[in-house]
Amino acid sequence: MDRILPHFKALDDFLKKHESKIKDLKFMGHLFRKSLLSMIGLLLILIMIFLALFAPLIASQHPSYVKVSTEQGTTVTEERWDIDFDQKLLPPSGEHLFGTDDYGRDIFSMVIYGSQTSFRISIIVVAVSTLIGIILGGIAGYFGGIIDEILMRITDIFLAIPYLILAMAVAAALGRSIDHIMEALIIVWWPTYARLMRGQVLAVREQQYVEAARSIGASNPRILIRHILPNAFSPLLVEITLDLGAVLLVAAGLSFIGLGASPGTAEWGLMISSGRIHMLHAWWYVTFPGLAILFVVLGFNLLGDGLRDITDPKLRR
Amino acid sequence: MKTWEFIVRRLLLLIPVLIGVTIITFTVSHVIPSDPARAFAGGPKAQPDVIERITKELHLDEPIWMQYFYYLNDIIHFNLGKSYLESRPVSDSLSQYFPATFELTIFAMFFAIPLGIVGGIISAIRRNKLSDHITRIIAIAGYSLPIFWLALMLQYSFAYQIPILPLEGRLGIGMDAPSSITGLYVIDSILTGNLETLGSSLYHIILPAFTLGFATLALILRMTRSSMLEVMGMDYIRTGRAKGLSERSIIFKHALRNALIPTITVTGLAFGGLLGGAVLTETIFNWPGMGRFAAAAVLGFDFNAVMGFTILIAIIYVSANLIVDILYAVVDPRVKLGGG
Repeated sequence: MDRILPHFKALDDFLKKHESKIKDLKFMGHLFRKSLLSMIGLLLILIMIFLALFAPLIASQHPSYVKVSTEQGTTVTEERWDIDFDQKLLPPSGEHLFGTDDYGRDIFSMVIYGSQTSFRISIIVVAVSTLIGIILGGIAGYFGGIIDEILMRITDIFLAIPYLILAMAVAAALGRSIDHIMEALIIVWWPTYARLMRGQVLAVREQQYVEAARSIGASNPRILIRHILPNAFSPLLVEITLDLGAVLLVAAGLSFIGLGASPGTAEWGLMISSGRIHMLHAWWYVTFPGLAILFVVLGFNLLGDGLRDITDPKLRR
Repeated sequence: MKTWEFIVRRLLLLIPVLIGVTIITFTVSHVIPSDPARAFAGGPKAQPDVIERITKELHLDEPIWMQYFYYLNDIIHFNLGKSYLESRPVSDSLSQYFPATFELTIFAMFFAIPLGIVGGIISAIRRNKLSDHITRIIAIAGYSLPIFWLALMLQYSFAYQIPILPLEGRLGIGMDAPSSITGLYVIDSILTGNLETLGSSLYHIILPAFTLGFATLALILRMTRSSMLEVMGMDYIRTGRAKGLSERSIIFKHALRNALIPTITVTGLAFGGLLGGAVLTETIFNWPGMGRFAAAAVLGFDFNAVMGFTILIAIIYVSANLIVDILYAVVDPRVKLGGG
């Protein structure tokens, strides 16, 4: 008991110290649970994350495998790219829930594996852009002056080119691959976060508590990280949630044009692109990957909208 | 500050932005590729003699800042290099394809803006009623639908399953384009009095314009709704109600004017989305515009064409936002007083 007690005390102190914050979080949680649309969004995302994590258990075949034959109840699979004519472009059925593609592969499995690719792209792009944005925007807002001016003019220029087109040009310059799509999207996306972060820093920079921290000799990095960053947390969270969906959309569009994954990869945009010529006689080929994109992006948008309503006190009604 | 002063100031501010844009496009085309000469010469399958010629032509063997000045000089003279796919200057291709994209974008905006504003107002004044829920669902769908997939689904539904609209193209098969005055088929058909091409071009633009405009519709719906809600909660609206003004006069004479200001700004930004979306929409509907040209160029390693398209789009987008900014200052005098 003696050993546990100090922990309880520490917990108690922690709870006391952050009482108002915890109350606020509880209130936000309450609002969130009451918002039907945000709950639907969260549910959609959780389902897709579950599918992505457990893809090998859920999918009936790995995307790079083509089912070759069924011998005495056991499925013999082999890694090969040649077309399996027996299994080609089959409509949805019990065996192939979403039908098969022009290589005879199971579209349901490809959609499931495709979620891994899509999540990976979105998460990496948004995480790196956020990090760059927080650092550059934080510095610009905090120090102001000439640094601020230069950084903001640079972001102006990036934002002066429609992002899909800039990303397309960068990806074209780098050459066709998923990694290059991610690099291109990071180049396009960081200015949004730099501006957001700068705005947040400017809003609190002259507040008394920052002044107080400075007067007791806190270092600049400490003030930025401990006192200013937490204030930018909710707008950043909203932007991140919405952008996870937006990045996924743009990445799928670039893949559709032919800039992303190499042919045959389980990637939603690419699947729609390869299914396009078969659309009139195999509607399932383009339909299901598109629905998957719609589900995930809708999920992030509903969740992001809900978070915005909850964290913005002006919108609480 | 007077309006013209504001305009001059804004025009001067345009110069550094445009220079910045050329620095970015220069970096993308001359610095990012591991071998720029090969990229310009047609990618992986480029011939060594072509690479050598390109290196000389684009001064790729000179210091990077010299390369930039040659590049800037070319752009100022609208010399965007030669398109390998079309064996002619990129500027020729772009000027041929520009009117088709322009026509499509204009139609998309004509559909999206009025509908978005009207829908947004209805949604706001009937908050939490059925019509509000429907508009909000449309708005969020517009944000979440992959535009290329929407295009394919519409094609499948309305050109194949229920064949009431054409699958692709700008005009019916075998039909000659109206004699070119503006390059916009609808306008040219009206000017030349050709009813047949007028009907056909209108008929062909419905699906692509709807697809392209859908995301913009969503954006404007959402913006109008939220700014209308904000304005309707203001004191001067309550004052209006208190002195017995009719609801109609409050909404249209007092609230709407202020509520539309943010919508105008968003329209400028939405224009960028339209230009980007045009690449995907035009490819699917086989619409002979700049977007389809750019998408084909990406696949065909026609790097000059990709970069030329990017520069032109950036210039168009920057100019569109300039116009919006000026409009904004005219509508809302506070912008000018704020010192720009």
